[in-house]
Amino acid sequence: MLAFAVFLLVTSLYAPTFLSPGNILDVIRQVSITGLIAIGVTFVVITGRLDLSVGSMLTLLTVIMVDQHNQVGPAMAMAITLLVGALIGAVNGFLVGYMKLNALIVTLAMLSFLQGVTLFYSGGSNVNVADAQTTWFRFFGRGELLGIPAPVWIFVGTAFIASFFLLKTNFGRGIYAVGGNETTSRFSGVQTQKVVFSAYVLSGLATALAAIIMGSRVMGAQNTIGQGYELTVLAGIILGGTSLMGGSGTIWRTVLGISMLGFVQNGLLLLGYPYYVQWLVTWMVIILAVWVDLAAKRGKVFA
Amino acid sequence: MTEVVLTAERITKTFTGVTALNDVSFDIHAGEVHALMGENGAGKSTLMKVLSGVYHPNAGAIHHRGELVNFTSPRDARDRGILLVHQELSLSPELSVAENVYLGAWPTNRFGVLKKKELHEKTQAALDSLGCNFGPDVRVGTLSIAKQQMVEIARVQAFNANVVIFDEPTASLTESEKEQLFIAIRRLRERGVGIVYISHKMDEIFEITDRITVLRDGELQGTVNTRDVDMAQITRMMIGRDLDQFFHRAQGAAGRDVLEVRHLEKEGLFSDINFKVRAGEVLGLYGLIGAGRSEVAETIFGVRQPDSGQVIFDGEEVDFASPKDAIEKGMALVPESRKEQGLILGMGGRVNITLPHLNLFSKMGISDTKKELEVFNYYREQLEIKTTGPEQPLSDLSGGNQQKFVLAKWLCADPKLIILDEPTRGIDVGSKSSIHKIIAGLAEKGLAVIVISSEMPEVIGVSNRILAMANGRLVGEFSGDDMTEENLINAVSEVPLESASQPSPDDKTKIHELKRTAP
Repeated sequence: MLAFAVFLLVTSLYAPTFLSPGNILDVIRQVSITGLIAIGVTFVVITGRLDLSVGSMLTLLTVIMVDQHNQVGPAMAMAITLLVGALIGAVNGFLVGYMKLNALIVTLAMLSFLQGVTLFYSGGSNVNVADAQTTWFRFFGRGELLGIPAPVWIFVGTAFIASFFLLKTNFGRGIYAVGGNETTSRFSGVQTQKVVFSAYVLSGLATALAAIIMGSRVMGAQNTIGQGYELTVLAGIILGGTSLMGGSGTIWRTVLGISMLGFVQNGLLLLGYPYYVQWLVTWMVIILAVWVDLAAKRGKVFA
Repeated sequence: MTEVVLTAERITKTFTGVTALNDVSFDIHAGEVHALMGENGAGKSTLMKVLSGVYHPNAGAIHHRGELVNFTSPRDARDRGILLVHQELSLSPELSVAENVYLGAWPTNRFGVLKKKELHEKTQAALDSLGCNFGPDVRVGTLSIAKQQMVEIARVQAFNANVVIFDEPTASLTESEKEQLFIAIRRLRERGVGIVYISHKMDEIFEITDRITVLRDGELQGTVNTRDVDMAQITRMMIGRDLDQFFHRAQGAAGRDVLEVRHLEKEGLFSDINFKVRAGEVLGLYGLIGAGRSEVAETIFGVRQPDSGQVIFDGEEVDFASPKDAIEKGMALVPESRKEQGLILGMGGRVNITLPHLNLFSKMGISDTKKELEVFNYYREQLEIKTTGPEQPLSDLSGGNQQKFVLAKWLCADPKLIILDEPTRGIDVGSKSSIHKIIAGLAEKGLAVIVISSEMPEVIGVSNRILAMANGRLVGEFSGDDMTEENLINAVSEVPLESASQPSPDDKTKIHELKRTAP
């Protein structure tokens, strides 16, 4: 946190616009897509599992969104996108929750599978929204409400709702319990399979929301649009301090982690570094976060 | 004989405001077995971790062979010959005995290649001197717990340790394995090693130790010669009062049948189980580890599904698909392992207590935190649980206090039947006694209670009626004056072998191994 504060300070000295309200809002808007996915994946991570399929899932869902928009109109297209997102999540959830397959393998395989499905669906060509300038669908990615961009509203709103579900409901309690100790949860009458299943469905739904914003913002979709998102999302979650072991973490930590990552990347751009420097710095930030966290826990720098 | 190897002077250790050790002094002579006793949370483990370099004390000094030492890591302590034999063994199961014994100090030539022959011979010598009947090349994972412990002790020899600390070494050993361990300990003693022996088991303490040091709430209660004291005196030192009555048996008339089990069967685990439990009675289920007791309990509770048979609960035939169904009907199971099955140790007491009954502590699926705190505070007071608050992770608490949380968790929804599987395993005398009192109280309130235990005095002390189980079958029922240790032993050891595939009851070691290696 301290290192992050120093970074903010130094960057704002060299790039005065960095901490202006306009830029801050801009950063939050930029992270809203990753942030939304991360909110969903946080549920999965708290159960002690992973979802690496979200990158290709974002691609496929954005392609579906944009393509269906041209075919059946915005409202139906959104409904279909959400439905497919939930369905893919359900498949992941079934394989991991009910069939007890390894989450890493299942979702990694799904990552690859969905990339293939996307190409089948699109036939390899990019799709674009036909009436990009006139459709009301443009609101989700490009609109504003009370001077605040729509994606920010959706991101923050979803974070509030998700946080409420996680912390205040029996459903959320189950998520934490399964991550904390699955056997104990089962002995305590928690339906662990169902809990894991639902976490993946939420992850799929969150990715569908992100795809809606993505589609609306770009008004088109390439077959690689979501590439690498699964790692950025995971990086943000880890940076926020949610343990991959499960049982702990919150939505707000994820929002914080994702935002920090966003500010770092934005700061680097403002400082004039080429965009690919982000990738290198992201790596450093993650290693640093994990290491600082561990060092604080064991009270020593090295093991 | 009276040379002092290790002294700890006026050690104080605090953890974020909590004093774990306060001004404690302790010494170990060469060639003695020194017992360290105290209830869970008394500070025994903390003291041993200070002596073996895991913790650094806030105040006080440690002298080893007359020299002031300052351990910064367990390695420092090990280099001086101070070794800890853990409660949980710390061997690598995939490596051979020899490789484990010399782990971290393998003899190598100047190219860093292992000198296998030397390793083999040195280990063989160490094993021989302990009277072990297995060789240096066996893979450790294939050995029983008892034999693995011997490997740890061989390590002691290999590193030429002068102080060895045993933390609850007999917790999972059978009687004959224990005897072998004691022989090994006596050999170490003869060779002038200073031994610290931590255990809750009084009879062992009086059998093997020379001196006893008692801690209570982080304070030294005194060090005495074992032959000068008796059990009652030690108990008094440990809990600061006399134990009024060790066991508490429910005193009340048994009422209607709450549970009836007919011909319950699960292939490979148990068969033809028939019994009834009435409201207001405590039914003991005695048997050795591996007899199938926990499996029967788990099947009744819906964790496992039976192959055949009927369970009649509260007047209706039930067929629980999962524990959720059993809980909804008013059944509770305090499982065998509180760490793995009973609690979520990383979380606080409030969340743990309400987990099985979330619908009672919520409105339309939304948590009612106020109600949760009420029930937490009620049981914290009622069961005298020592904790700093509802969110303190249970991993910080002693075994006894953890077990009380497991009880609170299952009592708060007023079950009709409660099954307690080894309810006092690994907890101290004081907490044991209060848990026995709680059990009796439950039956007197009209609950049907089943207590599963492999501790004979316990099962005899708390039960109104006892079923003996061996080999996956019920082999006897005792009540009143028939509930004697002799009868129970006879019942569980005189079972004719049904088939060769089933483990024989007198082959305790084998059963033990089976249980241990099961995934």
